Amino acid sequence: MLILHCPNCGVDADETELAPGGEAHLTREGPGSSDEEFEQYLFLRENPRGVHFERWRHAMGCGKWFHAARCTTTMEVFGTYPAQTSEPPQEIRDRISDRRPGWRWRELS
Amino acid sequence: MQRYSVFALARQAFRNHEGWERAWRSPEPKRRYDTIIVGAGGHGLATAYWLGRNFGITNVAVIEKGWLGGGNTGRNTTIIRSNYLQDASAGIYEKSRSLYETMSQDLNYNVMYSPRGVMMLAQTEHEVRGYRRTAHANALQGVETQFVGPERVKELCPIINIEGPRYPVLGALWQPRAGTARHDAVAWGYARACSDMGMDIIQKCEVTGVRSEGGKVTGVSTTKGEIDCDRLGIVVAGNSGVLADMAGFRLPIESVALQALVSEPIKPCMDVVVMANTVHGYMSQSDKGEMVIGGGADGYNNYTQRGSFHHIEETVRALVETFPMISRLKMLRQWGGIVDMTGDRSPIISKTPLEGCYINAGWGTGGFKAIPGSGWAMAELMAKGHSPLADDFSLDRFREGRFIDESVAAGVAH
Repeated sequence: MLILHCPNCGVDADETELAPGGEAHLTREGPGSSDEEFEQYLFLRENPRGVHFERWRHAMGCGKWFHAARCTTTMEVFGTYPAQTSEPPQEIRDRISDRRPGWRWRELS
Repeated sequence: MQRYSVFALARQAFRNHEGWERAWRSPEPKRRYDTIIVGAGGHGLATAYWLGRNFGITNVAVIEKGWLGGGNTGRNTTIIRSNYLQDASAGIYEKSRSLYETMSQDLNYNVMYSPRGVMMLAQTEHEVRGYRRTAHANALQGVETQFVGPERVKELCPIINIEGPRYPVLGALWQPRAGTARHDAVAWGYARACSDMGMDIIQKCEVTGVRSEGGKVTGVSTTKGEIDCDRLGIVVAGNSGVLADMAGFRLPIESVALQALVSEPIKPCMDVVVMANTVHGYMSQSDKGEMVIGGGADGYNNYTQRGSFHHIEETVRALVETFPMISRLKMLRQWGGIVDMTGDRSPIISKTPLEGCYINAGWGTGGFKAIPGSGWAMAELMAKGHSPLADDFSLDRFREGRFIDESVAAGVAH
């Protein structure tokens, strides 16, 4: 079972306590954006086979959102980090580089 | 091709069954084909089959990373139905269901299609309203379904407890001509027919790159070398995003794990398929006597073909309330498959930004029922550039806002 550490309340929560929130770090388009931009925001997804960044909510715990870095083929969790950021912290990216040299996710690597 | 018949069986019986030929050839890839289909699952093989049958295109290779029918074709719960709400869906799924009816004769291969009927239980007032609406829509689309009351449900499937305290059965959407088929046989039958038309089915050959020149596809790189082609069909449920990335475009798809399980075999007790969408569970009995149970999908991206244990628990817990007799059954096997989930829960059969490259993906949790129809539409699209069955399922519908919104109508159990 998937276990993620909630950076908000410090609990190691298992999957049944958590609600998945989909891909992380999307640019939220607003009025005036083009159809293409809205398509990117609403529908198009990285869906990688490997390193992925995603949003989770500690629904049955503190109720707050956070981010997780995870491998979609092995379920290895590289770390979790707070929701208030637009990209993963360097420390997590370094940890991924140790474990998965040459990884790539959007423009990050 | 050696035809299968009762006479062939009798002839072989006298020869200790030593004279059967291989059902399909396993050739090494040639340097070039007119058309390459990536993915030898049901949808890929059906596409190749209809390219040959309907359009005479037989210089085709079907390339498969693993073994034939080893992905979701061999992992589903084999349910075939077409009781969808939207016209576009009813069109392609009903075409598909009708092709299943004659598939064994068309392919000279017994796919064991069993039109035993599918019942979708209404266990809340909202579902009653929803299914009544679907039944009316189906009447207009020419799909035979009807809304039946709880007494009829009990008559059709006596092992149901219609007075469950939490989820009483208030009625059901009944499609008598829906049913099940032997999933492996569908892949094997198509493979045999394709091989007979001179197509090459190449297993254990992974595509590692898509080559193009001036925005037009020129071939693929594989673990068995470079292969050139004019047209490329990507039919790789679960890995659609990976192939799209190689071809240089993005998809509105996320890959998640969906699970199923079977019980120990028991005597015949249920001769219909029952789906309970409120509680995310569906069940039927196989010819071997196993109760085949399907459950909900994981909510997060995942390529592990396992799935989370708590989904099994949820599914079985819910089904035990509706079918009290299964509470003492032992479960034998559990497995998972990776399914493509699109934004509107409807499939994609479409041209792509790369010229000459077509994609058939996004069947979500319900691709098996669509195999012959999807192949029919995809073949027409690849041969003629458009297909009346496929046009509504194009990739640009997400940008243009033309969704085929079945998630409300069909729930997750799809």
